[in-house]
Amino acid sequence: MELTLKLSGLEPLIITPESNFVNIGERTNVTGSKAFLRMIKEGDYESALSVAREQVDGGAQIIDINMDEGMIDGKEAMVKFLNLIASEPDIARVPIVIDSSKWEIIEAGLKCVQGKGIVNSISLKEGEENFIKQAKIIRRFGAAVIVMAFDEDGQADSYTRRIEICKRSYDILVEKVHFPREDIIFDPNIFPVATGMEEHNDNALDFFRATKWIRENLPGAHISGGVSNVSFSFRGNNKVREAMHSSFLYHGIQHGMDMGIVNPSMLEVYSDIDPSLLIHVEDVLLNRRPDATERLLEFSETVKGKVVRKEADLTWRQLPVHNRLSHSLVKGIVEYIDQDVEECRHLFSRPIEVIEGPLMDGMNVVGDLFGSGKMFLPQVVKSARVMKKAVAYLLPYIDAEKDGKSSSSGKILMATVKGDVHDIGKNIVGVVLGCNNYEIIDLGVMVPAEKIIEAAIRENVDVIGLSGLITPSLDEMVQVAKEMERAKLNIPLLIGGATTSKVHTAVKIEEHYTLGQAIHVSDASRSVTVVQDLLGKRKENFIKELREDYDRIRMHHAKNRAAKELLDIESARKNKLQLVFDEKTISKPQFLGTHSIRDFDLSAIAQFIDWTPFFQTWELFGKYPAILQDEIVGVEASKLFEDAQGMLKKIIDEKWLEARAIYGLFPANSVGDDIEIYHPERKTEIIAIQRTLRQQTKKVVGQPNLALADFIAPKSSGITDYIGAFVVCSGFGIEQHVTRFEEELDDYNSIMIKALADRLAEAFAEYLHREVRNIHWGYGHEEELSNEDIIAEKYRGIRPAPGYPACPDHLEKIGLFDLLDATKKIGVSLTENLAMYPTAAVSGWYFAHPDARYFGLGKITDSQVIDLCERKNVDFEENQRWYSSILI
Amino acid sequence: MNKELDKALKERILILDGAMGTMIQRYDLTEFDFREGHFENHHKPLKGNNDLLSITRPDIIKEIHRAYFVAGADIVETNTFSGTWIAQADYDLEDAVYAINFESAKIARQVALEFNDKPRFVAGSIGPTNRTASISPDVNDPSYRAITFDELVLAYKNQTEALIEGGVDILLVETIFDTLNAKAALYAIDEVFDEKNIKLPIMVSGTITDQSGRTLTGQTTEAFLISLSHMPMMSIGLNCALGASLMRPYLQILNKKSPFAVSAHPNAGLPNEFGKYDETPEIMAEQIKEFLDEGLVNIIGGCCGTTPEHIRAIADLAKQYQPRKWN
Repeated sequence: MELTLKLSGLEPLIITPESNFVNIGERTNVTGSKAFLRMIKEGDYESALSVAREQVDGGAQIIDINMDEGMIDGKEAMVKFLNLIASEPDIARVPIVIDSSKWEIIEAGLKCVQGKGIVNSISLKEGEENFIKQAKIIRRFGAAVIVMAFDEDGQADSYTRRIEICKRSYDILVEKVHFPREDIIFDPNIFPVATGMEEHNDNALDFFRATKWIRENLPGAHISGGVSNVSFSFRGNNKVREAMHSSFLYHGIQHGMDMGIVNPSMLEVYSDIDPSLLIHVEDVLLNRRPDATERLLEFSETVKGKVVRKEADLTWRQLPVHNRLSHSLVKGIVEYIDQDVEECRHLFSRPIEVIEGPLMDGMNVVGDLFGSGKMFLPQVVKSARVMKKAVAYLLPYIDAEKDGKSSSSGKILMATVKGDVHDIGKNIVGVVLGCNNYEIIDLGVMVPAEKIIEAAIRENVDVIGLSGLITPSLDEMVQVAKEMERAKLNIPLLIGGATTSKVHTAVKIEEHYTLGQAIHVSDASRSVTVVQDLLGKRKENFIKELREDYDRIRMHHAKNRAAKELLDIESARKNKLQLVFDEKTISKPQFLGTHSIRDFDLSAIAQFIDWTPFFQTWELFGKYPAILQDEIVGVEASKLFEDAQGMLKKIIDEKWLEARAIYGLFPANSVGDDIEIYHPERKTEIIAIQRTLRQQTKKVVGQPNLALADFIAPKSSGITDYIGAFVVCSGFGIEQHVTRFEEELDDYNSIMIKALADRLAEAFAEYLHREVRNIHWGYGHEEELSNEDIIAEKYRGIRPAPGYPACPDHLEKIGLFDLLDATKKIGVSLTENLAMYPTAAVSGWYFAHPDARYFGLGKITDSQVIDLCERKNVDFEENQRWYSSILI
Repeated sequence: MNKELDKALKERILILDGAMGTMIQRYDLTEFDFREGHFENHHKPLKGNNDLLSITRPDIIKEIHRAYFVAGADIVETNTFSGTWIAQADYDLEDAVYAINFESAKIARQVALEFNDKPRFVAGSIGPTNRTASISPDVNDPSYRAITFDELVLAYKNQTEALIEGGVDILLVETIFDTLNAKAALYAIDEVFDEKNIKLPIMVSGTITDQSGRTLTGQTTEAFLISLSHMPMMSIGLNCALGASLMRPYLQILNKKSPFAVSAHPNAGLPNEFGKYDETPEIMAEQIKEFLDEGLVNIIGGCCGTTPEHIRAIADLAKQYQPRKWN
């Protein structure tokens, strides 16, 4: 299922789809670096090692080593250098690329590295037999391999040749050598553009297209390449070259390039490229106009002319100190950091404020650029170094004032647990507590237990707050509690988030954390009093009362549980809902198959927003629009609504967010509690099976035990029925705005935009459902419903979502996403605990039967889950945790 | 590969035996015991070259294997920890390598056949040798190596061939302090498999040398796992150097990340000031209970300082637990 490239030096390097871009250091290459060649030739290995070290320090995640030079004994040099690196832990921590065109050098190199490295490269150049032989040996050493797009007829120089050779190489490696797919890295040849020869105009574009094709058609394979080649025509004009590299990488990554050889010092920040230069460069790279090369050549002369100003580049030194710090951070310049920090220190009353203010602002800019793919890891590492240097400069001053009293009322660590990405609630709690003079240490989202514990101990915090939205997070919180117990912590543990409850905390969490106290906090405003009680004089009484309360809840729960009698699953199935399936209740969709939408018009969605939950997010309770006139919260609600409308307008006008969707309509039948989904054209071909869960509560006579499968015609009826599926997301692009707000220390707007994005996603789901009913499925064309009617769900058909009451089984999201190929098609992915990312997303199925309705599953028994696991042919023990919140 | 073993591994936690050296010490042997009948005129002292006892005193080695089987071990390791010409070179006994491995495998096999209550297995112990391919012994020349990859491959091939011919069920590459040495062992094993056209289950066991969580050559546990995952292994695990409780965090990593079964054979604690291991069976079992509670392992046994009494305590405990689940 999951194909992950795992490499190692002294430490692991795991390349996942989320890894952004892996930078391979290139300066330890005698063919590329004259200086390095000289060192090797002169036997100055000391200096050669410092080149390697600088690269690793500078952010190279892998280093490429090449000793192919006629004047040196390449094999000897390779062995010697690799052996030396093995004794330098700060270099050897990263994996190594053994780069040579000579097989004997590659083999000699493989014998010197204990980690899992990469061989660069092999190809079909000398025929299949040799290729297979070499691949087998590489496999025996356990290395990954870079395969050049090169065959018996030469190097691939067109799109077709590239994909043809890569496909052939891939098939041989996978089928004949049994090479792991994820260990195959293609180098589809980066050739220069703007050479003046017309046949080179598509060089970059062909690379991008081939990259995309490989990523889509050769599962597991990765793409790498030497980026500096592309700008060969502009040697001597670094300004143009830097822009070209950066733009090439930007587009390469968009198309699926996930590793490459890049010189970080020859890379401009994408968003910092002079816009007119960028247009000229991209005209060339993307071959957007026939005269692109001439225009860039002409333009490059003017850029070159400015090179004189290179020394005058110090104009940024004239800026206010705040901006200078930010500039240093973004550009990774350390030269001036001490003097700027010193200057800044006098502007603030306390040295710590320099860190909290200007320095953090600068780092937020860096995070913003990186998050949006406009800065690359090596640059970020440089920025972090500047930050460290600045902090180091300030430390003595901070220590010196330590004798003064600490101003905060307590330290609180906040984190969204592992596998979950939802943080609105957590951020709100953080702000509220922050306003009450608590110091907040926010570890962000997807934080594993060990990190929480480590930080709690290191920072000596007074309270830990965990947050999570999806149900698997509940188990994750239990895990954190257990680990805290094991670590012998006694720090109070606050539990919060949409699916958490006092009952869950009392029954499942508290017992695992006997040394400290677990406390459920129902909302942000409660958090302040809870923390005050916990850290104040009332502590003992408070905890005593709490424990009594939780004891009562546990007893009550146990009693309830005993009283609640469930049907066994067989009886529940016998009492299923029997619907009529005929031409009145089944309509054939107008269209079968999938369709994806990008960059959808937000203004069309906005009118479908259900505002009531929006106010709930802000802990203002009441129905919209009545809430605006509410006696107590009316004024605040109106203010909030006005601000929301203001931001919504900006989101739409300035395209802050991008909405994407994918939906599909398919033939389907139910088989027991399963729904079989068929190929749009070939009805016999099952392309997915979605499992549904059945209610097991005892019902009064005449009331069925429902499962979603009941709404689809059974296979045994011989009638073809249909089902729809969808994923919508309106969260693309949100991060840059969130970070922008955070950097402005504007939590209000940062939370606002997230809340609005969530609302837009729900609205988009409503909108799309209407489109599907009216047009694509087509049964609802006579519908005339107002937005209120829609919110009240007065239409035919439902769109239940996995993870919600009718189908609490999050695992079904995997099938749903596969069915639609949603991750690839629109870029919404699932985290390990099956949260959708980006967060403002909704997914689900469409059921069109007039009697289809929403329901809550309620509690179910083990036997249903065991039966489900048997149907899926998976292990019950391993999967049980996904159902812990619904199992009785 | 080995259906009985496969089945047992899925059904229960398998018990590996304990230390060989600790047991041999109990016999209070003399130089003559190491020579008797075979190396009587050898020019170098041989006492301490324990692997030779499989040839000169097979009765003792068999008795030790038997004691471990009786204590409940499913798998015993052959007495071949130093059975490569690299290790035997210290005694000028490179020529004895084949006999050491063949005889050791044979006698372990014989003892295993004495038991028919449940399947018993023999793992051919392949030690790390006393030279390292990733570290220079010469402080003045860090690029120097006292052993090359090719030499290691050759040594491991000889050992592997003899172990297989002597009848082992499993090959156990253990006490890995340098992953490159282990890579050479796996490379050799793969070549032998190809040449003999057979395949045996392979167990791999690394050694985390201190609480930095790294091997002697500096790899983290996860990097160690990744570096050897290209071979289809029966299990990967940790042994030696640390006692059970200090090993736990690194087993947790293997438990989380390993696509193979996970093994552990820790020492009976850390050596005391006299270089002896003094953790009692009860103390050790108590720590191992934590592994079992967390479901970390499929195979458990003991390394330095452990005795049949330790193994019995561990085996009794492990019976009550389900093995770790893996792919």
